Amino acid sequence: MTLLMPKPEPAIMSRRNELIARLGAMLPPESLIVDEVARRAYECDAFTMYRALPLVVTLPESVEQVRAIMALAAEMNVKVVPRGAGTSLSGGSMPLEDGILLGMSKFNRILEIDYENRCARVQPGVQNLAISKAVEAQGFYYAPDPSSQIACSIGGNVAENSGGVHCLKYGLTTNNILGLDVVLMGGDLIRLGGKHLDSEGYDLIGLMTGSEGLLGVVTEVTVRLLQKPPMARGLLLGFASVAAGARCVGAIIARGVIPAGLEMMDKATIHAVERFQPCGYPLDVEALLIVELDGPQAEVDHLVGVVQDIAREEGATTIRASTSEAERLQFWAGRKNAFPAVSCIAPDYLCMDGTIPRARLPEALAGMDRLAKEQGLSVANVFHAGDGNLHPLILYDASKEGDIERAEKLGFDILRLCVSLGGVLTGEHGVGVEKRDLMGEMFTEVDLAQQMRLKCAFDPEGRLNPGKVFPTLHRCAELGMMHVSGGKMPFPNLPRF
Amino acid sequence: MQSACATLDIRDEADAVDAISAAKAKGDCCAIVGGGSKSGLGRFAPQAQALSTAALTGVTLYEPDELVLSARAGVPLSEIEALLDQHGQQLAFEPMDYGRLFGAEAGGATIGGVIAVNAAGPRRIKAGAARDHLLGFRCITGRGELVKSGGRVMKNVTGYDLSKLVCGSYGTLALLTELTLKVLPKPQTECTLLAIGADEAESLALLRRATATPCEPSALAMLPAGAALALDADAAAIRLEGPAISVTARRDDLVARLASGGLRFETLDEHDSAALWRGLRDAAPVAAKVGQIWRISVAPSEGFAVVERIRRTGAPVLAHFYDWAGGLIWLRLEAAPDAHAAVVRRAVDACGGHATLIRASAEIRATVDVFHPQPAALAALTRRVKASFDPAHILERGRMRAEF
Repeated sequence: MTLLMPKPEPAIMSRRNELIARLGAMLPPESLIVDEVARRAYECDAFTMYRALPLVVTLPESVEQVRAIMALAAEMNVKVVPRGAGTSLSGGSMPLEDGILLGMSKFNRILEIDYENRCARVQPGVQNLAISKAVEAQGFYYAPDPSSQIACSIGGNVAENSGGVHCLKYGLTTNNILGLDVVLMGGDLIRLGGKHLDSEGYDLIGLMTGSEGLLGVVTEVTVRLLQKPPMARGLLLGFASVAAGARCVGAIIARGVIPAGLEMMDKATIHAVERFQPCGYPLDVEALLIVELDGPQAEVDHLVGVVQDIAREEGATTIRASTSEAERLQFWAGRKNAFPAVSCIAPDYLCMDGTIPRARLPEALAGMDRLAKEQGLSVANVFHAGDGNLHPLILYDASKEGDIERAEKLGFDILRLCVSLGGVLTGEHGVGVEKRDLMGEMFTEVDLAQQMRLKCAFDPEGRLNPGKVFPTLHRCAELGMMHVSGGKMPFPNLPRF
Repeated sequence: MQSACATLDIRDEADAVDAISAAKAKGDCCAIVGGGSKSGLGRFAPQAQALSTAALTGVTLYEPDELVLSARAGVPLSEIEALLDQHGQQLAFEPMDYGRLFGAEAGGATIGGVIAVNAAGPRRIKAGAARDHLLGFRCITGRGELVKSGGRVMKNVTGYDLSKLVCGSYGTLALLTELTLKVLPKPQTECTLLAIGADEAESLALLRRATATPCEPSALAMLPAGAALALDADAAAIRLEGPAISVTARRDDLVARLASGGLRFETLDEHDSAALWRGLRDAAPVAAKVGQIWRISVAPSEGFAVVERIRRTGAPVLAHFYDWAGGLIWLRLEAAPDAHAAVVRRAVDACGGHATLIRASAEIRATVDVFHPQPAALAALTRRVKASFDPAHILERGRMRAEF
């Protein structure tokens, strides 16, 4: 394993008993987990490659308790790692051995549903899907729908700026949040936004969203609710080449159609899916598109016709349009099974998350093929084609000597390829610890120093979730005075932890 | 103009690094000026010099299929809109033109200024503000450093989302040099449904009911009698956009859902509808020269109550209208030395939201808080965020807050 985390600080480890005693005085017994076996349950999130046993786990029930924990942590100079449902795919909530794990799972109440203003106030531990479930009877829903939505929490969605299948049309978490309550390191509570739009002053809601738990702990979220579209229809389009499929996506968008969902699967995924649970996908194609159109019936039927015409012009070899809700769901069944299906064709897989300009897809897939061959591995691809977000699934066998390292190396090489094509390291899974050491591929030292200075504005002692996102830790005082010349900091190669 | 002072033309990023570094060394503060169309916005705070971004010209990338456009900060908004129009696309956030409010020509804005004030229009409720469309940018911070953030792709969570932070920062964090925006297809057509005959409160309730239908309105405004279209009664205006077949179907559906005794419906066709919303976007109903102008953002259901609270104090309201289904209030009041700030802010604070003083004389904008005051912890955090970009308070000193 190559990941280097900040070394546990003896000064903190030696005060564990004092810390536990003081936490015990402010929390009910069931909100404090000290026992080693029980702490093990929190040693990783959904990025399971790296683990650490947290110093102590706290599960506060009230904002006052969160404030007290954050005040105590600042006073004793102890690190804090916030955690929602623990579904991060990048290790965003991986614990630190000398840090308090701050679990927000007890903040699980929907506080208010305000249909008139089309919003809801919810606690951060509420599951993403629970919001939509709570309002569906009135015809509303909460738009961002990450694939983990039955488990992931809205607080975690804010931390990671989660997307989902429908985000080309309906936006990411950041486009669907109106207000946040945030507890800062030290215990200050700040209220950002509310039920109104575009609070003046710096857009700290926007900054908090996607900040991966490094800036503050969210204790309440006001989300926008959208009216459910009256109906949706799906199209299944098969192509003889990936390039043809990618061209068709471009043509649909160029014609002014923004589908609610626009997914692509490559041949390896299609075959894996059909072996796992047949759902009628054509096996003689190199790329398969699922296009979903939603809205009023007249509009949807019209747009289905438009997309069928475009698909014909672009040489699709399979064109099927759903004529019933059951058929639409059938089109999606395979896509939704893609990850379990792939785990049936290989003992292990590593899910990557780059984004590329869509037109570069053929190059990206060819490049990936070449890189995979170099490592003697293979890759299956699912692709949020509408917004260019690529999920290569690297197939490997952890029981084989060296396979994990080869898979990790291939993953890094693929992300470097994405950046070189004009894309980015992560579209929706976050940097966390997984992609932390690749940040230099996208950003200069100056870019990163500016981001770290913002962290200092929120957390001057660097106690909140350190070791994530940024490849090197700097003291805030050092960043304040740092003179950067020609994009190089002094001693750029000096390891900081 | 904020004040008459020496103007330095910024031709490229190196110029900006030099100018800001030199200003930092001397402790001189700088205004950042694009087209100058928003010089009357914000606190009045004279600067030692102005940095003009007007020479930062050129659209550097436009790929219609990929819904992305990059432009240098000084490119006129009108040039970008014309280019997008040729490809049937638009900036979906419908940026407002401040020209009319300040008695200037329309079309004076640059894209840098649009981003710096986080511009938005009537479509805000459906499509978002500038913040929701800025994918990435390059800038020179108050430290004199070139920093870039974001990218050109729609989905990106790599590092902090600084794009959100620069939107609405009024130049106080950095001089923007290049911006990358998400662009979207123009709807095929539009129409506006007018519901006439209900009073102000009822019309606003009707707009909120319209937002709870699946008819996907893209704009909802309440127009008091005389505010627009030479209407002699209060009216609710609801815009529908999309393919023609869908617009017609949704309009009919909406009429059926909203119909009630005493209510009369009219439909504005594509041309008249576009003209109406262009005017509302630019706050035309309150733009007349006399008086001071406030822009207030609250929860839609609170809009009417806020205006009532202001009226009940006897504050002399000259004109007003509501956008965003009641959530955005434009208000013109007779001029007063305190711009009625206490009255307006008390009315807003009763329900939560914010009030911005958009138009008042320089003397008044130098003394009255233009932006809504912040609680202590948030104000302190705001100062630290400012300092992280611009520790010496070089850029637009005093434009947002007196303390920086």
